[in-house]
Amino acid sequence: MYVIVVGGGKVGYYLAKELLAENHEVLVIEQDGAKCERIAEELGDIVLRGDGCEAATAEIAGFGRADMVCAVTGDDEDNLVSCQMAKAKFGVPRTVARLNNPKNQTIFKKLGIDSTVSATAAILAQIEQELPTHGTIPILQLKSGLEIVGLKMPAESSVIGKSIKELLMPHGSLIVLVVGKDGTPRATTSDTVIQAEDEVVVVTSSENEEALRTALTKP
Amino acid sequence: MKVVIMGCGRVGSTLAAMLADDGHDVTVIDIRQEAFRRLPADFKGKRHVGNGIDQDVLARVGLAEADAFFAVTQGDNRNVMATQIAKHIFGVERALCRIYDPIREAMYHELGIETISPTIVGANMLKDMLYQKHAAAGIGSEA
Repeated sequence: MYVIVVGGGKVGYYLAKELLAENHEVLVIEQDGAKCERIAEELGDIVLRGDGCEAATAEIAGFGRADMVCAVTGDDEDNLVSCQMAKAKFGVPRTVARLNNPKNQTIFKKLGIDSTVSATAAILAQIEQELPTHGTIPILQLKSGLEIVGLKMPAESSVIGKSIKELLMPHGSLIVLVVGKDGTPRATTSDTVIQAEDEVVVVTSSENEEALRTALTKP
Repeated sequence: MKVVIMGCGRVGSTLAAMLADDGHDVTVIDIRQEAFRRLPADFKGKRHVGNGIDQDVLARVGLAEADAFFAVTQGDNRNVMATQIAKHIFGVERALCRIYDPIREAMYHELGIETISPTIVGANMLKDMLYQKHAAAGIGSEA
């Protein structure tokens, strides 16, 4: 695959390195001369100095034959414009944007960017997993708009001692796995009984998250 | 009309003063407090320090109730992003965007955004000025 990486900072550098290791054709676009030199020195002649939001640069870089454009600069507005240009002007099949502000996910989706990756959101999710809260913990976002979340079952929840088939789950939400408090997963069927401190893994949609939390954790 | 202007540079501040004088409810956003010095001393609108591509900031200035939004910062990409947020997230009826780069301007115009490129407008005006003067003097009329 031909992958163009816009932004030669830390993320861009390591991304290019990984992609090269997997035998993809890679080009990094970076404005800063010193960064370009460093990348060329370490990874070879795979860097183009220029503005990845400019059509002329995109033309030279060969956006027209790229299979994927990944915009990973530290500025969301630059990542957005690179990806929009890739789509609208060059018909690039897949665009991926790094988000610095996780709130921008909605607008990027709306504007047709195929995937977004937010380091802030990922770190936040990781921290949330470490915190002893009883909220839902985001685990994975699926392409279909569904997501996989985890919930720790508080001892006082009304569902403790009930089997999965007895639970009133929000529409479209499905318990796929129950993990005991010692970390052992239990084969999960409709007869599985929820115990205190279990971690329950659920497929749901983001609009049902609140209802799900209420259904499973309210006393 | 309720109007929100992002960017308090020469254009932003002049536009803000004009619209406020016309009696509109104007809010100007800029990242730098000092930028508001460009506004006239008797400016009747509101000033708000913040980043205009941050949706929380735009919500705080009441963009959802605004009738018009102008993106006139120095950064083309910032303007483009803020305008699209105004249009698609906050549903602002008129979201107007300045883009210096004519190629980028043409692309976003095609994508359905109300854009203007001062580069093209300015160059055309200068060209017209030259020809008019020549025409008035009766020279270069064949040009």
